[in-house]
Amino acid sequence: MTKEEILHLGTLSRMRLSDAEAEKLKGEIDSILDYIGQVNELVDDGHLEKKVGLVHNVFRDDEVTNEPGSYSGALTAAFPEREGNYLKVKKILNPDS
Amino acid sequence: MTISELRKKFLSGEYTPKEAVADAKSVIAEKDKNIHAYLDVFDDAEKMAEEATSRYQEGGENIPPLCGVPLAIKNNILIEGKRATAASKILDNYVATYDATVIKRLRDAGAIFVGSTNLDEFAMGSSTENSAYGPTKNPIDPSRVPGGSSGGSAAAVAMGSVPAALGTDTGGSIRQPASYCGLVGLKPTYGAVSRYGLMAMGSSLDQAGTLTNSVEDAETLFKVISGRDPHDMTTIGPDTYGAVATKETYTFGVPRAFLGQGVDADVMERFEAHLDQLRADGHKIVDIELPLFEAGLAAYYIVMPAEVSSNLARYDGIRYGVRKEGENLLETYLNSRADGFGAEAKRRILLGTYVLSSGYFDAYYGKAEALRSKMRDELNAVFTQVDLVVTPTAPTPAFKLGEKSDPLAMYREDIFTVPVNLTGVPAISLPMGEVDREGISLPTGVQYIAPHGGEARLFDIGRKIYDAKRYNNG
Repeated sequence: MTKEEILHLGTLSRMRLSDAEAEKLKGEIDSILDYIGQVNELVDDGHLEKKVGLVHNVFRDDEVTNEPGSYSGALTAAFPEREGNYLKVKKILNPDS
Repeated sequence: MTISELRKKFLSGEYTPKEAVADAKSVIAEKDKNIHAYLDVFDDAEKMAEEATSRYQEGGENIPPLCGVPLAIKNNILIEGKRATAASKILDNYVATYDATVIKRLRDAGAIFVGSTNLDEFAMGSSTENSAYGPTKNPIDPSRVPGGSSGGSAAAVAMGSVPAALGTDTGGSIRQPASYCGLVGLKPTYGAVSRYGLMAMGSSLDQAGTLTNSVEDAETLFKVISGRDPHDMTTIGPDTYGAVATKETYTFGVPRAFLGQGVDADVMERFEAHLDQLRADGHKIVDIELPLFEAGLAAYYIVMPAEVSSNLARYDGIRYGVRKEGENLLETYLNSRADGFGAEAKRRILLGTYVLSSGYFDAYYGKAEALRSKMRDELNAVFTQVDLVVTPTAPTPAFKLGEKSDPLAMYREDIFTVPVNLTGVPAISLPMGEVDREGISLPTGVQYIAPHGGEARLFDIGRKIYDAKRYNNG
């Protein structure tokens, strides 16, 4: 794993990493990958199928289960930035680019 | 102090919920400056205590089972109107907008919440050192960790502020702190307790459970919090798995080869003494093979970070939590998450992103899930020969704060607990006697693992041995 790869993973996961952080993480992630690589020896490629036991999809009817608006006040109150009942965020489309 | 003792005193009128909450608060005021078990202490507990006290004074039948019992709640479980930080800076200002199902059920049963407890950030750690608000100390020896990630909950009980606390367990986060603090820690069968209102870490592994001073209390709380929940479609009912019978005496399986992995010599001595005592009481001890369990930790550090990287994607400073503005939306994400997450969260998010990335998915995640499936088969086969599997809960007693700076060394503390989450079975950690470290007696824990849906068996054997103090004095 290179420092550049670590920084790239940081971008993919939407986390800015400092050079020092990336440098430290490089060694740590390498040793963890080395350790978890042992699963490769225990399961060969021909046996990737898995049974998921009793876990299966459970569906319910598509019904509203709470009073409309009962949580709206609390949820909008949590907005980091708001204008009236609108959540305010940075522009996504930049006309200059 | 246990819940059942409190209940008796409340019913007889010799002690009241008002006094219990006042006593809890004074223990917190006296001890928590040094221990730091709590993140927030709730000021509405007194009002709830007054109502509960009146309820007992009115008397009559049907006083709810936990009426007036003060509890502490791990701060990754939502309580409406209370801060829910998961010990992360990114949620420093977040106030829960609803009650988790476990909270609603405890509330309906009359419990009083006195405060929220510290944890490793988003429940990721084995020492509670990864909290953005600073570590919790072990009340038995404050130079040592209480374990983690439910270290605040364990310390809150161990320091005597509350008789019980809720924790969550993704890879050992209830059982390992129970072991380090001399408590009973229950990790229920996956699906036994609703995850609605728990902040997800590893969704296929997470379970809420209890830290208590007795097996009876663990059972009392489990009965209240467990059961199907329409808000969590993975919850199971009593018939999902077949009945797991209780017996007079049990056959215990000991995975000998697995136990060769770095257990402290005196912890192993305690464990052997525990097995001897079980034999003396008429139980049967047999050696079993669980070869894949030895690789459990490796599979866990693939599956869990993969789920972490997905689950923690929602914390981006946009709709709630702490936002650090940047030039544009992408910069805002990058800044908020860089500032908001601590080192362990970042490490696991990156690792998860890596093992799920195209090209590596099959080699890591695919194989780990396949291994997990084989582990389940392996364990089910063992349960045709034995009633329970027994291991030490952790390979060591509580270690010193700052002692384990290498992530892998920290991860190894969970070697005996993670296979339980990977396979979804229930397990309980019970005090196994003490070992000496620098002149201080530190508790150790024994872990009993039952088949899916086998909580009743854990409570049964737990009661049999826990009440017999000879198991603990070793």
